[in-house]
Amino acid sequence: MDIEELNAIAQRENQKQQKTCIRCCTVGGCLSANGLAVKEHLEEAVTAAGLGGKVSVAGVGCMGLCSQGPLVRVDPEGTLYDRVTTDNASEIVASLSNNVSAMDELSLKTYPASQYQPHNHPFFTRQLKIVLENSGKIDPENIEEYIGADGYQGLYKVLREMTPESVVETITRSGLRGRGGAGYPTGLKWATVAKVGETPRSVPQKFVICNADEGDPGAFMDRSVLESDPHRVIEGMAIAAYAVGANQGYIYVRGEYPLAINHLQTAIRQAKRLGLLGSQIFESPFDFKIDLRIGAGAFVCGEETALMASIEGKRGIPRPRPPYPAESGLWGCPTLINNVETFANVPTIIRKGADWFSNIGTETSKGTKVFSLAGKVCNTGLIEVPMGTTLQQIVEEMGGGVPDGGKAKAVQTGGPSGGCIPAAAFDTPVDYESLTKLGSIMGSGGAIVMDESTNMVDVARFFMEFCMDESCGKCVPCRAGTVQLYQLLTKIREGKADLTDLEKLEELCHMVKYTSLCGLGQSAPNPVFSTLRYFRDEYLGLIST
Amino acid sequence: MPITKKNPKVHPSGDKRFRMLEATMKRYQYASDALIEVLHQAQELFGYLEEDLLLYIAHSLKLPPSRVYGVATFYHFFSLKQKGAHTCVVCMGTACYVKGAANLLTTLEQQHHIKAGETSPDGQLSLVTARCLGACGIAPAVVVDGNVEGHQTSESVISRVKECLDHGY
Ligand SMILES: Cc1cc2nc3c(=O)[nH]c(=O)nc-3n(C[C@H](O)[C@H](O)[C@H](O)COP(=O)(O)O)c2cc1C
Ligand code: FES
Repeated sequence: MDIEELNAIAQRENQKQQKTCIRCCTVGGCLSANGLAVKEHLEEAVTAAGLGGKVSVAGVGCMGLCSQGPLVRVDPEGTLYDRVTTDNASEIVASLSNNVSAMDELSLKTYPASQYQPHNHPFFTRQLKIVLENSGKIDPENIEEYIGADGYQGLYKVLREMTPESVVETITRSGLRGRGGAGYPTGLKWATVAKVGETPRSVPQKFVICNADEGDPGAFMDRSVLESDPHRVIEGMAIAAYAVGANQGYIYVRGEYPLAINHLQTAIRQAKRLGLLGSQIFESPFDFKIDLRIGAGAFVCGEETALMASIEGKRGIPRPRPPYPAESGLWGCPTLINNVETFANVPTIIRKGADWFSNIGTETSKGTKVFSLAGKVCNTGLIEVPMGTTLQQIVEEMGGGVPDGGKAKAVQTGGPSGGCIPAAAFDTPVDYESLTKLGSIMGSGGAIVMDESTNMVDVARFFMEFCMDESCGKCVPCRAGTVQLYQLLTKIREGKADLTDLEKLEELCHMVKYTSLCGLGQSAPNPVFSTLRYFRDEYLGLIST
Repeated sequence: MPITKKNPKVHPSGDKRFRMLEATMKRYQYASDALIEVLHQAQELFGYLEEDLLLYIAHSLKLPPSRVYGVATFYHFFSLKQKGAHTCVVCMGTACYVKGAANLLTTLEQQHHIKAGETSPDGQLSLVTARCLGACGIAPAVVVDGNVEGHQTSESVISRVKECLDHGY
């Protein structure tokens, strides 16, 4: 593969884009809502209407508005149809044939377009898509469509025009921070791995790992990116590998995501076939291979050291850091580990430049963040917004508020390591620092809306049960502490506790936080802390005096 | 018949599935770090991981049985007991939880007289819980025999499971 071939593919694809195309989401929620059958009916309807040569039907990835699926969009106009059934398929095609062939005088009642039009509904207009730019637009199982959307141009650019140092420098300057939870500066991490073995005679084996374990319940961003645009992650990993000097990559993906696994396998196979993975990519000396590793259902395996133990075929048990993976990771070798969304940002940063990226967002948090908006909110689904967007805009404008006229009480972010942000603080611009200040964390991007009917002690207990079940059992504070905390929360919930129990609860929370070995235990008390901070009344209301 | 040192590799039962498992291990060159991949394959072939099967894998990958057992029991995905002919997974992730997943589970438990994690005495239905299926956009979600069903209510999930038990889909 060389640049002429790449451009030729892109050109061919772009010519195809001029035509009318009915795009049907066939992943995630829409798939569960019968999206595949809808696509088949659309194909039949197009053929039956004799539009075969003019109109194409394509299966694409996530369009974002998962709760209203199956979603169908007619391009290039961009008209969106929601909750499409197999019966509606012919009506959509009929409304189209009026446009395509003017002579058609169909008396058919045309199928009403969705009230959520991408050009005027805040759910769409407030978004800024970098990671999701191709989601819902390209066929995730077709590498050529990704290439048509400027895919693998970034990889070409780094391999042929940039040194590894300048790649690291670009990422550093962009201000990109890890999207897996902690928000560690990505450039700094890359620089650390790149530096290892710079001086000694023999360059050590290095690895790049993509963390696609996405264990936070209520988060499905990574699933959607992998299902809708897998090549973006592969390209990001290849660029990272070049920058740090690795030639083997692993994607550790949850076993619960069969379609994501399937699309990744297809994508890797296609990239190999076109010489975009393998040896001497773009006729440079750079070799890179990616293998998949399938998780087996353990939340703690999202923690980086546990994840690496799992890739080595062991129990997923974390170990103390340092040494950090950058020095001693997989099989003791220097290892770069980043989240799916972190890698997905990379190709665009390389193509559009660090300055372009760092202009988006807030002072400390650059770029965009993908959130999975779920829970008690009208429009559930995936949104990508610039850092600094307020929760108010996310929940009320984009999400359309709580259904049936209810009132939002809190938003939970960061999963079991995060906290609940009360409605009173919804005007806070979302970035890493502001969420931490509110006692929650950015986390991986799950945002679950809770309304007045949700009891906050229940929520705290729910997350504690989660941590208790998922504790790997290696360190005592986490293994035993979470059980005690769970029992205390249960006692409070059942109205059997008194004030000393509440004191005990807080004391134990601090103990577990400061003495646990890994992030799981250290952050397990967070949901309790944040609900105590904002909803203490609910605890006190349950205490017998 | 348990695997002993004397009859390695080819399984005495003549069960064809062992040959497929053998092919997988060969593909990974019997590397011990492929253990999880091999267990995945074994569970797919056999439905669950019997002790005999674990010993066979331990022997083939030259690992102590304790290590294989340790890994198989650590991960929720692996099951050491036979599952029912049909399974219903109820998601208990956060999004489903706030949308009433606990109700769905209680309803199913009462209807079929089994608790989460159990299989009905006739071996027809296993009731399982999961931590987020990534289908939060259509919460509450359940998986009936591999098919994800969103926007569930107590009524819809009961009838969906009934349909599956009666007709097999
Ligand atoms: C208990 C626990 C679970 C985690 N789960 C995930 C996860 O599911 N996905 C993820 O990307 N990072 C997860 N992390 C964070 C990783 O350890 C690691 O920081 C991250 O993959 C680094 O990537 P980033 O710098 O791109 O964010 C988890 C951490 C802890 C302590
Ligand atoms: S919480 Fe149930 S699918 Fe995510």
